[in-house]
Amino acid sequence: MGVIALLSAVLMLVIREPMRVALALITTMVMLGGIYGLLGVHFIAAFQVLIYVGAVMVFMVYVIMLLEVREAPGHARYSRWLVPGVMACATLIAVLGISVYRSSAEVLTAPGGAPFSLTQFSTLFLSEYWLEFELTSVFLVAVIVAALAVIKVSRRAHG
Amino acid sequence: MDKVQLLLLLSGALFSLGLLGVIVRRNALVMLMCLELMLNGVNLSLVTFSQQRGDAAGAVLVFLVFVVATAEIALAIPIVLLLVRFKRSMDIDRYSDLKG
Repeated sequence: MGVIALLSAVLMLVIREPMRVALALITTMVMLGGIYGLLGVHFIAAFQVLIYVGAVMVFMVYVIMLLEVREAPGHARYSRWLVPGVMACATLIAVLGISVYRSSAEVLTAPGGAPFSLTQFSTLFLSEYWLEFELTSVFLVAVIVAALAVIKVSRRAHG
Repeated sequence: MDKVQLLLLLSGALFSLGLLGVIVRRNALVMLMCLELMLNGVNLSLVTFSQQRGDAAGAVLVFLVFVVATAEIALAIPIVLLLVRFKRSMDIDRYSDLKG
């Protein structure tokens, strides 16, 4: 599953059409959801599929269909930062990989506690992290207001 | 290499590929999708760590990242729509008059 996720993430970078990029990203997300399920956090797997694939990507696909701006056939797919970007990405992967590989095994393979359940998670979320929960709702309201403001700007610009 | 290391490696690779996509691609929507890929990579490492330690704090953080990703998309999509309507193009190089 991880291999498929990685492969479709690489595909995202080389495919030209935005719709196919979106499909590759959906594949990556579903595979990540499968990994979460295999890890034992089923509720995060469910939310990954519901929120990301169900909401975010449907929104994205909808916008791609709505815009339908065709690129010119000979249009460059990559910006002029291609070579430095690839070099930086390879360096980043190498550094992360080496540090993960060298990381002391006793920290990473420490005997973990028992995997937590959904009940445990929910009570913790609403008792210890209640402030973050409330801040999240405030944040969502702020985002709605900001989106409405953007739409209002576009209306004013057009008439 | 055991399972945790592999998962961390996968998450780092996903993050780097997303970063590469944001840097390299020119289509604004594709850049947004690569941003989502970066968030997914971070989520994977958070889930791995929280599952390994048996601690629910990482899962709480994952939920906050979900919320942030959704909000970011909900705010970025109208902006991209506006830009495309003005410029008739999704190429970010055409938006260079936005720079201060």
